[in-house]
Amino acid sequence: MTRVEPILRVSDLKVSFATDQGLVRAVDGVTFELLPGEVLAVVGESGCGKSVTAMTLLGLTRSPNARFAGSAHYGDTELLGASDAELQQIRGAKIAMIFQDSASSLNPVQRIGKQIAEQIQAHEKVSDAQARERTIELLARVGIPNANKRVDAYPFEMSGGMRQRVMIALALSCDPSVLIADEPTTALDVTVQAQILERFRELVAQMGASVILVTHDLGVVTDIADRIAVMYAGRIVEQGSLDEIFYDPQHPYTWGLLGSIPRLDRPRPKRLPTIPGLPPSLANRPQGCHLRPRCPHEFDQCAKTPPLQSRVPAAPAHLDRCWLSCDQKRELREIEPGVIGLRRKHEVELTKGGAGA
Amino acid sequence: MKRFVIRRLISMIAVLFAISIATFCIFNVIPNSDPAQRLAGRHPTKGQIEAIRRQWGFDKPVYTQYAKMMEKIFTGDLVSYVSQVDVDKEILQDAPRTFSLAIGAAIMWMVFAIALGLYTAVRAGGFADRFLTVLALIGISMPVFWIGALMNYYLGFKWNIFPNGGYVPLTEDPLQWAYHLIMPWTALSLLFIGIYSRILRSNVLDTINDDYARTARAKGLPERQVLLRHVLRNSLIPIVTLWGLDFGAVVGGGALLTETVFDLQGVGQYVAESIAQLDVPPVLAVVMFGAFFVVVTNTVVDIIYATLDPRIRLT
Repeated sequence: MTRVEPILRVSDLKVSFATDQGLVRAVDGVTFELLPGEVLAVVGESGCGKSVTAMTLLGLTRSPNARFAGSAHYGDTELLGASDAELQQIRGAKIAMIFQDSASSLNPVQRIGKQIAEQIQAHEKVSDAQARERTIELLARVGIPNANKRVDAYPFEMSGGMRQRVMIALALSCDPSVLIADEPTTALDVTVQAQILERFRELVAQMGASVILVTHDLGVVTDIADRIAVMYAGRIVEQGSLDEIFYDPQHPYTWGLLGSIPRLDRPRPKRLPTIPGLPPSLANRPQGCHLRPRCPHEFDQCAKTPPLQSRVPAAPAHLDRCWLSCDQKRELREIEPGVIGLRRKHEVELTKGGAGA
Repeated sequence: MKRFVIRRLISMIAVLFAISIATFCIFNVIPNSDPAQRLAGRHPTKGQIEAIRRQWGFDKPVYTQYAKMMEKIFTGDLVSYVSQVDVDKEILQDAPRTFSLAIGAAIMWMVFAIALGLYTAVRAGGFADRFLTVLALIGISMPVFWIGALMNYYLGFKWNIFPNGGYVPLTEDPLQWAYHLIMPWTALSLLFIGIYSRILRSNVLDTINDDYARTARAKGLPERQVLLRHVLRNSLIPIVTLWGLDFGAVVGGGALLTETVFDLQGVGQYVAESIAQLDVPPVLAVVMFGAFFVVVTNTVVDIIYATLDPRIRLT
């Protein structure tokens, strides 16, 4: 099997902020690769560093107190510490971003068509009329009805779903090879979410772009992700394919995440299971494994930081940061492998007794 | 839009009415402000004063006097009690000077305030920011009669760079017009540049890290375009409000200190002299004239608003 060259290589990325409470390590040695055409979901709870990781890739973490270390290669270009001019060539054209809150992420006083055309004209020499025509085409592609009229609308004249479609059209406008979507559907209600995700998946597949999907919504993840990286307190604690994470989760934090999803196919518990305790303060984290204070399976070795490495013999690409042996984990984890997502494929596998321990 | 303008015109009538009554009342309660005495000249006899009082209607009830005076304002028959000169003529003569001062200064202070405000916001916390902040505070604190006098003395009298006073109409010689006005413009602008640039700086700092500015950067736009196209436009609105108010006030004679220091003989100077002599008709007329411009410029400003921010609807 020939190895596919990754389009984006992030290694040991560290972002910290100097604050009054000391040095806050928001991102603490994140390493991952993004292959062409794949959708990588970065999941974790609020404040785990997933958004900062995403922003930092494009140099959008703008704080005079921020310190960066490590590297992020897009092809041969080092993104970390690249000049503004270099980044401007890449932003929007090669790596585009979709932001969470379309109400505040679009300029409130500019027509949406202008905002998209502006990006096209920032990267390509096209006339106003051509840019406008392409904008209308894009708007139609993301499913905005009457695109040739709506192109002149202001953001406040559109619904949340329509605005998020505009954000997607904006991101796709220069045919980027990497899309970073930061909670793209979080602000939307569930039905609109499903429609938009569906259209997003189609378009991305058509374009063959790779996607980094930052989200805390595991439902969204099962809909479109190929691979998952689970983040906790600034580190990736587990990384693997969708099936590996959902059916053979290795890290106790992942168990907790999966276990806290309400399920329709099980008897209703009295209380929805949660992970006890709170995430650690990023200014003052526990030594070794960051989950230690919250983990019921903690033992001596956890005081040393477990490296992110392959620990499941049959799955070399499935990485995690937990000292427990694979067999111990399978015994200990409370959640049963099975249907978690919404994808019919998995249900079929379950009835066949497919994946899992 | 049409409804908006009509509504504003109606409210303007209310404003003018209220202001005229207030001004009129003030001059009626000020001690030693009997107009008959003013009209009678030096050392009049009691009989002369009485005769004038009857002739001019000062013996009538206050509201009749008010009505009479308003009638005169609108028919153009209003006459100064002191100099007996026609007030309308005087205002028409002074207004172009005041207007020249206002328009040049307003452009000057807006341009410099935007440039300074943007620059200090971008360099916030740095040396340039601190230096210019101090400069702005000095500009705010310097009284115009002092800086104006300094300019007159050094730039005008001692080094002879700019003319000392005087006014050349724009229609006669635009270059000389601007040349004669540069010092008054600068003196008047300093204060406003200081205030406006401070406000703009904080507005820009509020918006420079807003989500849409981040989106603009993520598009690959150069920082300059992010600032000018996205940040500035959203930061300008409060400045435009102030600008409308201040411009209206200066046109309406609010720059009386600047006018007096540079002896521009504009509306402000006229009203200042009239107040000193407790001469009601010119004061009343100029106050109305000023109020008219404040309301008009505010209406224009609201229209500018709606273009700057389409979320604002004119109703």
